[in-house]
Amino acid sequence: MGSREGWLAEELRRRGISRRELLYFCAGVAGAFGLPASAAAQIANALTRAKKPILVWLEFQDCAGNTESFLRSSAPSVAEVVLDLLSVDYHETIMAAAGFQAEDALKGVVKNSPGQFIAIVEGSIPTGADGGYCTIGGRSALDIARDVCGKAAATIAVGTCATYGGLPAAAPNPTGALGVADAVPGVKNLINLSACPANAANLTSLLVYYLTYKRWPPLDGFRRPLFAYGKTIHDNCERRAHFDAGQYVEVWGDDAHRSGACLYKMGCKGPVTYQNCPTIGWNDGTNWPIGCGHPCIGCAEPDFWDKMTPFYKHLPATPGFGAASSVDTVGAWLTVGTAAAFAGHGVLKRIQHARRKPEDGSAPPGDTGATRPGGQP
Amino acid sequence: MSHVVVDPVTRIEGHLRIEAEVDGGQVQEAWSSSTMFRGIEIILKGRDPRDAWAFTQRICGVCTTVHAIASVRSVENAIGAKPPPNARVLRNLIMASQCIQDHVIHFYHLHALDWVDVVSALKADPEKTSALAQSISDWPLSSTRYFAGVKTRLKDFVDRGQLGPFANAYWGHPAYKLPPEANLMAVAHYLEALDWQREFIKIHAVLGGKNPHLQSFLVGGMATPVDPDRQASLNMGSVARMKELTARAREFVSKVYLPDVLAVASFYKDWAGVGGGVGNYMVYGEYPETDDDKPPLFLPSGVIRNKNLGKVEPLDPAKITESVKHSWYEDGAKPLHPREGETRPRYTGPKPPYERLETAAKYSWLKSPRYDGEPMEVGPLSRMLVAYGSGHKRVQELVGTVLKSLGVGPEALFSTLGRIAARCVETVLLTEKIDTWVDALAANMEKGDLRIHDTGKWDPSSWPKEAYGAGFHEAPRGALGHWVHIKDGVIANYQCIVPSTWNAGPRDGSEKRGPYEAALLKTPVADPKQPLEILRTVHSFDPCMACGVHVVDVERRELARVRTG
Repeated sequence: MGSREGWLAEELRRRGISRRELLYFCAGVAGAFGLPASAAAQIANALTRAKKPILVWLEFQDCAGNTESFLRSSAPSVAEVVLDLLSVDYHETIMAAAGFQAEDALKGVVKNSPGQFIAIVEGSIPTGADGGYCTIGGRSALDIARDVCGKAAATIAVGTCATYGGLPAAAPNPTGALGVADAVPGVKNLINLSACPANAANLTSLLVYYLTYKRWPPLDGFRRPLFAYGKTIHDNCERRAHFDAGQYVEVWGDDAHRSGACLYKMGCKGPVTYQNCPTIGWNDGTNWPIGCGHPCIGCAEPDFWDKMTPFYKHLPATPGFGAASSVDTVGAWLTVGTAAAFAGHGVLKRIQHARRKPEDGSAPPGDTGATRPGGQP
Repeated sequence: MSHVVVDPVTRIEGHLRIEAEVDGGQVQEAWSSSTMFRGIEIILKGRDPRDAWAFTQRICGVCTTVHAIASVRSVENAIGAKPPPNARVLRNLIMASQCIQDHVIHFYHLHALDWVDVVSALKADPEKTSALAQSISDWPLSSTRYFAGVKTRLKDFVDRGQLGPFANAYWGHPAYKLPPEANLMAVAHYLEALDWQREFIKIHAVLGGKNPHLQSFLVGGMATPVDPDRQASLNMGSVARMKELTARAREFVSKVYLPDVLAVASFYKDWAGVGGGVGNYMVYGEYPETDDDKPPLFLPSGVIRNKNLGKVEPLDPAKITESVKHSWYEDGAKPLHPREGETRPRYTGPKPPYERLETAAKYSWLKSPRYDGEPMEVGPLSRMLVAYGSGHKRVQELVGTVLKSLGVGPEALFSTLGRIAARCVETVLLTEKIDTWVDALAANMEKGDLRIHDTGKWDPSSWPKEAYGAGFHEAPRGALGHWVHIKDGVIANYQCIVPSTWNAGPRDGSEKRGPYEAALLKTPVADPKQPLEILRTVHSFDPCMACGVHVVDVERRELARVRTG
């Protein structure tokens, strides 16, 4: 196999991708993390020295939406290279082998590279029917998750189902579905990338971050990377000025709707949803849900299928709401009002958790790893 | 006799297990099992029917638009909402682009490796590969240097010793028939298609904010505002962007996908005699061309029995029933009325880990839908056959061109190869058609028709106290139906019968095999330890298992009940 030192640099040269283009891409990555521009060179250097770590991608009670999202990775021209950075040794949706040959590939990774591979989990893990609600190769999802995630250097739960249980766990949770953190308690170095599906740009950014710094980024109380979950949709919404000015869509297709007014009254959950959609957009920044005229449904938040529904019911109104209020006042009122309304569902606690940063000294739940994700360099 | 188990069947959506008895180099018996259950219909009960599209959309992230479409149609049918012309046109655009992208991904990324030996491509001569490519298409990426570059890249990948998703596969299997040059060309196009799908589907971001899981659907219309004079609406810039994307789709499909299918098929003509299956085909029809209650459809509905292309029967949804004899649900002792209807999942399969399913008893989370008591194949082949038999001129031309190119007759369509060809023909057809809907959107805007929603039916107070609705759709993988029962403004019951349930379902109450199971009979298997041929026939259906598993009521004659008042 030989040394892989510098193979990426060779790849880049072979594909006619200049160092300048790589730096440009890395500057974008640095920007996404809020790092100074000077970090771009460091990232580029780290990338071109990187070996190909092994990645296995497990699918349980899933819809393959996160897999499809991953296939839309679109960092210009270098996207392919970023995918080549990894050796994807198991992924049911794309792998050539099937049946026992496919399962052998997974077993081989677990046996031969314990503690040296990354596991990505897509879909929730059912606990009912003695495992009968999801089996692969005759094994239950829970059995596979315990085995593989237990041996992984780190596990990335991608999408809201793998993170919090998602749709299968929505009331009345017929199959006893759980996210990874609950199904495999104590799993090492767990990173949650919620959203339905997770944005491909956030997944690739997370992987590049890890390959560059050999550690995971700072996380919020839900073990989500702050670079993607540090602010609400509302904080960065392109329609925020309309909210502050009290200009709202009232009817689908009305003048305000066509003019891009605020979707708050149509049920927008942007004020209570932590995600970077408005900053990075979807499909290479082509658009995002609010950009196409539909409210945010809060898909990155725990239990959003229960807590954010009915989707078209607006968040609770607050005193002082409207054009006269200052931006921050309205934001604060809104959060308080919403929290009060949701307190019965435990949402308040979750919002507080989400806002709590690791710097406050509280270890995120489930953090038992020696290399503490979220730790400072 | 060997008992072959393929689990997981990879390169599909979801979790599928095939068990087969192989003797004399052929499959003698086969069982198809879906091994994952979520219970989404149970979760839907008691919720706002206007939210149902978002829930059901998550049934599948591959065909990420189809359940949203069927869902809003079913609720609209129940409450009497009438989406305006712009909403119909936007939905047609979303559905057609979904189908185009899905079919291309299926051929290159899910199915091609059954026919293309990646390792053999390392032996290809780039100059001969270039000559081959240029002989079948004027696609510009065809030079000797281009293919030499692809070959070098592939060689470097293999030399690094980390084969990743290409490890442990069936390379060198005697059933691979392509010469090294055709394999190298296909590998190049596998990579090109990976880029192409990412770019083309930006049309969904334009129309739905993002893909996967577009977010612009509404009961009664669409949430995407339309206004040529506003920057926050779909405007002429959006029209131009969509036309750019569809033009590139037309080019890729006509210059890469279609020539590749014909080239690959020419080496595998024996597969026109394999994988026929049940020989019955059912289509709901799709792409309404007007806003009437019964609009003309671009692709017609109908039923074909026993491969008889000369007779297309009209479809009657009242003839749909389902059996759970071999499915992990409690048996329905008596027919249940949908108002009280409730089916309980009950897993009675082996406790995992297990080696074999009890195929004489219950063995799948899928049920067995039947039409007039008969199993039906659904999907692109069914659509093209029904269109062909109904006199659809362009379909007849395209099918005729493909058959002539391969030197085979129409009987070759009823096969594993026929499914591949029909999927490609449909893709060509839709890339030709799709711009008419972009143009229709622009024309509506010019007329000043900016309506996107039936606002009068948005508030639940405008709905009947109790209502039933049905929504039908032709998803990429075939006929999809949603049925909803609304009471006091919330969902009382929700049911889906999904393409992969029709195709991948187990035996029914009278032990009739489902389409996968029937299609696998007599499939040749050179080496039971490397069941490549089984994958070929199963993949030709494009399985989408997460879609297939649903809780629905047993013996629901009420499926056909559609609110008319």
